[in-house]
Amino acid sequence: MSEAGVVTGRPESRSLGRLRRATAGSLLLYAALLVGAILTLTPFLWTLSTSLKTPQTVFSIPPTFIPRPVYWQNYTDALNAAPLFRFLWNSAFLATTITVLRLATCSMAAYAFGRLRFPGRDTLFLLFLGTMMIPEHVTLIPNFVLMKFLHFYNTYKALILPSAFSVFGTFLLRQYFMTLPYELEEAARIDGCSRIGSFVRIILPLSKPALATLGVLTFKGIWNWFLWPLVMLNDYKAFPIQVGLAFFQGQVTVRWGPLMAGTTLAMLPVLIVFFLGQKHFIQSMALAGLGGR
Amino acid sequence: MSVANPVAPTAPPAKTPSWIYRHEEALTAWVLLLPAVLSAVAFVAFPVIMAIWLSLQSWDLLTPARFVGLQNYVDILFHDPHFRQAVGNTVYFVVGQVPLTVAVSMLLAVLLNQKLKGVSWFRTAFYTPIVTSTVSVAMVWMWLLNGDFGLINWALRFLGVAHPPNWLADPVWSKPALILMSVWHSAGYFMVIFLAGLQTIPENLYEAAEVDGAGPWKRFWAITFPLLSSTTFLVIVLLVMDVFNIFDQVYMMTKGGPNGSTETIVYYIYSHGFEWFHMGYACAMAWILFVIVFVLTLIQFRLQKRWVHYE
Repeated sequence: MSEAGVVTGRPESRSLGRLRRATAGSLLLYAALLVGAILTLTPFLWTLSTSLKTPQTVFSIPPTFIPRPVYWQNYTDALNAAPLFRFLWNSAFLATTITVLRLATCSMAAYAFGRLRFPGRDTLFLLFLGTMMIPEHVTLIPNFVLMKFLHFYNTYKALILPSAFSVFGTFLLRQYFMTLPYELEEAARIDGCSRIGSFVRIILPLSKPALATLGVLTFKGIWNWFLWPLVMLNDYKAFPIQVGLAFFQGQVTVRWGPLMAGTTLAMLPVLIVFFLGQKHFIQSMALAGLGGR
Repeated sequence: MSVANPVAPTAPPAKTPSWIYRHEEALTAWVLLLPAVLSAVAFVAFPVIMAIWLSLQSWDLLTPARFVGLQNYVDILFHDPHFRQAVGNTVYFVVGQVPLTVAVSMLLAVLLNQKLKGVSWFRTAFYTPIVTSTVSVAMVWMWLLNGDFGLINWALRFLGVAHPPNWLADPVWSKPALILMSVWHSAGYFMVIFLAGLQTIPENLYEAAEVDGAGPWKRFWAITFPLLSSTTFLVIVLLVMDVFNIFDQVYMMTKGGPNGSTETIVYYIYSHGFEWFHMGYACAMAWILFVIVFVLTLIQFRLQKRWVHYE
C-alpha cells in the first residue's frame, strides 16, 4: 500500500481523506486477518482442549474451551492403548537416517550433474528428471513385490533403501551448486586439491542453505509418510508415527478424550520445532518452490 | 601454466595409468552418480517395466501369475462400476478443491502482501496447518465434523442452521467435508508460494494505477492477477496432481464410505492391491490413473497460452 500524500502538488484535504481511508482500510484488513487466523488455529486449540476433558465434559453443550477439571487420565489411556512414544522414536530414527542418506546421495549426484563434464551428462540428467513424472502409485505394487522377493517386507530396509535418493533433491542442489563461482574450485585444484576434495571442502560448506532446505523438506516428508510404511510394515512396534496413529485410532475408536490426547502427542513435536524455527522453515519451503509440498 | 585450462597440471603423476588420468573427470562423475543410478534403476526403472508386465497378469501373490493380455484394462474401463464411481469422486474432489484452494491461498497472499505491522505473525498462523501430517489432521477433523458433538455443527446450530449435515456419515456431505478439511490444511502452503510470486510484481505499477484512479479491485484484476498467472498456473497443475492422488484422509476418515461416496482412485487401487491382492488389476488401474493425469496436464499446458502472462 503506497503511503498517503506521497504525490506532491495535491490539495491538503484530499491527502487527509486518503490517509483516513487508508487507516480504515488497514483496520478492516487487521480484523479480517485476525478472524482468519483464529479460524485457522481453532482446530488445534480444540484438539488440545478435548484432550484434557473428562469423558462427560467432552460432550458438553455449549462447548467449553477451558477444560474443567483438567483430566490428564486421557494421556495415560492413550499411551496404554498404543506405544505412541515408541512410534515417535521410530519416525525420528527413520527421518534422520533417510535425511542423512538423501543429503549424501543427492549432493554427490548434483555435483556430478552441475559441475563436472562427461559424455552423456545432459541426456542422463533429462532421464532423471523424466522419472519425476512417474507417480508413487505406479511403482507402489511392483516395489511391494520387489521388497517381498528380497525378504525386506516388515523391515526398515524396505523403507530406507527406496527413499535414500531423490531426483527432486538432486535438482534442487544442482541449481544451487551451479550458482557458485568456478574460480573457487580452480584455485583449490591448482593447490593440488582433488575433485572430490573440492566438492567436500568447498562446494558443500558453501551450500548450507540449500542443504538445510533439502534436509528440512526430507525430514518433514518422511515424518508425514503414510502409504508406503502402511503397506510395508506388519509389526506395530516398528510403526512410524503416522501409521501408528492409524493403529491407535483402531484401538481407541470413538473415545474422543484419549483420541485427541494421542493426536496432540503426535502433532506436538512438529509444532514445537515449527514455532521455534518458523522463519527459517517458511523460507526453506519458499526456496524449494512447489517441490516443497 | 596455460590460462585456458588452469586446472590441468602439466604432467600426470607417475604410476597413475594414463587412461585414468585422461578420463579422471568422467570417472569421478560416475563414482558420484553410482548411488543415484542404482536407486533410479532398482526403484523406478525396473518397477515401471514390472508394472507394465504385471498389469497384463492375473496374480494374487500366492498362485502363479497368469497372462491375461489387456483383460484387466477392459474390465476396469467397461465392467467395473466401482471404478467409474471412484473416478467420479476423484473428479469431484479436483473440481471442488483446486479452485477453492487457489482462491483462498491467493486471497491470503494478497492480504499479507500489504506493508503492515505484525504480518509475519499472521503468515505463521496460516502456515501452521500444513506443518502437521494429513493423518493427524484427519483425526482432528473427524472430531470437528462429528454430527452430534462436533464443533462445526455446534457453530452452525448457533448460527441458526437447525439441522446441520452429519458430514462424514452422509453420502452427500462427505466429499464437501473432506474438501473443507484439505483447503484448511494446504492453503497456507500455497499462500507462501503466491507471496513469493507477488514479490516479483514491480511496486511502481500499483503506484501508477493508483494515480490513474484505479481502486483495489481494479488493481487486482488489472495487475496482480495477470502478473501472478505463471505462479497460479504451476499451482493449479501441481494441485490437480495432488488431488488425483488423495489417499491418507480417505483411509483415516471414511474408508471410502458412506456408500462409496469418498472412494478415490488411489484408495480403490489400494483396496485391490493390498486388501484383495489383485496385483495385476491394481497395476492396470494405476496406469489408467497415470494416463488420466498425464493427459490433463498436457491439456493444461496447451491451454496456458490463453491465460498465462509471461514477460
